[in-house]
Amino acid sequence: MTLKRTLENIENQFETFQILNEEGEIVNEDYMPDLSDEDLKEIMRRMVYTRILDQRSIALNRQGRLGFYAPTAGQEASQLGSQFALEKEDFILPGYRDVPQLIWHGLPLYQAFLFSRGHYKGNQMPEGVNAVSPQIIIGAQITQTAGVGLGYKKRGENAVAITYTGDGGASQGDFYEGINFAGAFGAQAIFVVQNNRFAISVPVEKQSAAQTIAQKAVAAGIEGIQVDGMDVLAVYAATKDARERAVNGEGPTLIETLTYRYGPHTMAGDDPTRYRTEDEDNEWEKKDPIVRFRKFLEAKGLWSEEEENELIEKTKEEIKAAIKEADNTPKQSVTDLIGIMHEELPSNLKEQLEEYKEKESK
Amino acid sequence: MAQMTMIQAITDAMRTELKNDDNVLVFGEDVGQNGGVFRATEGLQKEFGEDRVFDTPLAESGIGGMSIGLALTGFRPVPEIQFFGFVYETMDAISGQMARYRYRSGGTRPMPITVRSPFGGGVHTPELHADSLEGLMAQQPGLRVVIPSNPYDAKGLLISSIRNNDPVIFLEHMKLYRSFREEVPEEEYTVELDKAAVKREGTDVTLVAYGAMVHSCLKAAEELEKDGVNAEVIDLRTVAPVDYETILESVKKTNRAVVVQEAQKQAGIAANIVSEIQEKAILHLEAPVLRVTAPDTVYAFTQAEEVWLPNHNTIVEKVNDVMNF
Ligand SMILES: Cc1ncc(C[n+]2csc(CCOP(=O)(O)OP(=O)(O)O)c2C)c(N)n1
Ligand SMILES: [Mg+2]
Repeated sequence: MTLKRTLENIENQFETFQILNEEGEIVNEDYMPDLSDEDLKEIMRRMVYTRILDQRSIALNRQGRLGFYAPTAGQEASQLGSQFALEKEDFILPGYRDVPQLIWHGLPLYQAFLFSRGHYKGNQMPEGVNAVSPQIIIGAQITQTAGVGLGYKKRGENAVAITYTGDGGASQGDFYEGINFAGAFGAQAIFVVQNNRFAISVPVEKQSAAQTIAQKAVAAGIEGIQVDGMDVLAVYAATKDARERAVNGEGPTLIETLTYRYGPHTMAGDDPTRYRTEDEDNEWEKKDPIVRFRKFLEAKGLWSEEEENELIEKTKEEIKAAIKEADNTPKQSVTDLIGIMHEELPSNLKEQLEEYKEKESK
Repeated sequence: MAQMTMIQAITDAMRTELKNDDNVLVFGEDVGQNGGVFRATEGLQKEFGEDRVFDTPLAESGIGGMSIGLALTGFRPVPEIQFFGFVYETMDAISGQMARYRYRSGGTRPMPITVRSPFGGGVHTPELHADSLEGLMAQQPGLRVVIPSNPYDAKGLLISSIRNNDPVIFLEHMKLYRSFREEVPEEEYTVELDKAAVKREGTDVTLVAYGAMVHSCLKAAEELEKDGVNAEVIDLRTVAPVDYETILESVKKTNRAVVVQEAQKQAGIAANIVSEIQEKAILHLEAPVLRVTAPDTVYAFTQAEEVWLPNHNTIVEKVNDVMNF
């Protein structure tokens, strides 16, 4: 006699939630979110803008004019669909690839460029922009999100903390601790795992025996859902639902979005042909979030090639202006660094501050 | 005034700040209902409620990360790491995250977190409970490390730490928790951070120490007195940053120094102090500055602990070496 086991039962319950298929057709009318035509167009604009920004960022990086950059093309639906479901007061704790969410949450573009270039001013969120700069340590932001979500609960705020990590990030101890703490405290939090199938070169199949990342929610006693991460409507609907439940005191949610990054891991020498096939790339490009959403909007008579071209030109201009503004920002000095490490300068640094003031005044 | 042990003074400091500031939160493993394994938070949950003083799941990285998130929403967290040997579990949250947040955010996100934790040898704990890991913390820019040696300082320093807008690692030597009582005001007061105290004035040699070793130094000074050696004893209180001013002033007077730490010798607080003395006061020195430390091993198992730890005898020996140089 075999013992009663649960794994199969659990895994079978995690289906991929989709609203818009690859052809741009609504396949799940019941869950179609209540979005105005203007909202739908705004989502499209943001995705196109972000795709252009990615192309320009890669070009700028190759010219040596940007610095650290993690490409985003392919992940627009996951990144922007979830961000579109947020309110201004919600708090974003992003990973290094999640700069687009910050931009749409209110970080000026020139500051995003300063972040890439390694200038502290790129990390200063403007007043009222509830976010921190992208986390470099995989998973560290996840436990912090439990804390922000608990803080919001304690203060009775009508807001959530949302964090992003990848399929690799879901293997970190901090991932498990973070979702477990959030569950135990009923934190107002959303954990988004953008499963783009690779952690640099390591395929998701090597990260875990778990069939889905979403099912990891079960062990933490929180809600989990797997979403088609190339379907911006499904990502939006799942995040909106998670947000509502979180602020209603119904606990945190883990959202796994199935997506793909078309480009290299970062612009620091990664060569995806070492670990991915062209077939796989092509397979995923057929699922492209912008292509399918364009089809959907065009069928509704909400979008035209003309409008898109106009938007692309405007975006390029904005990027140009933002780069110029970043160029005009004086370089960060060591004196700046010493000055903002502490509220009050400790005695050892007082001496060193003088030393660097002297050095940097030359 | 009341007679308090160091642990009572620590509880009293947290009670004072929980009362003063609604943003202060006290939490950790067994901290709520049970009042902490050493009873440092005894009665606080009852007095301030589960919303302010609470138990957490058993995961130190989670405790550290959650503290940061709470600080991001304006709270002033006072998490406890049950024993400081467990700090390795939360090194990223402390050194990779809270220490850097202010800078990383361009000066916009303060981390007013006070991580409290018991440490220190001589109380026969299992492995990884007693280690002196303050050197590890002192290596991390952005952290302040505070180690009280007595009940009065413990209360005043802990209140100052909780009020400070940068992260503080507040380490409590287990041997001092209940070893003696002293007069501690019941009302609130602060002891300044980053400031050492001269515990005994002397003219012949400067002994620099912190935590339990301050008491070993005082005992050594008494012994030395019998041989006509008059030792000055400095209690650092804050070990990062070090109050070099007080040390240098003393060394310029005594012309000799011995630096004492319970930790192993390599790369510690004492090494820093010796370097600074020779950089700033070499022409005042009559002898090399020596160190009294544990050997460069991990903390000893219980049976070897007694010999492993520095004590007043090893201090007297080193002072004699310095006097007879
Ligand atoms: C703690 C830590 N370990 C390793 C790295 C190096 N690293 C940076 S990104 C990355 C892969 C992350 O993959 P994933 O979580 O799937 O996110 P993706 O890059 O695919 O968005 C690794 C190993 C790091 N930054 N932090
Ligand atoms: Mg990935």
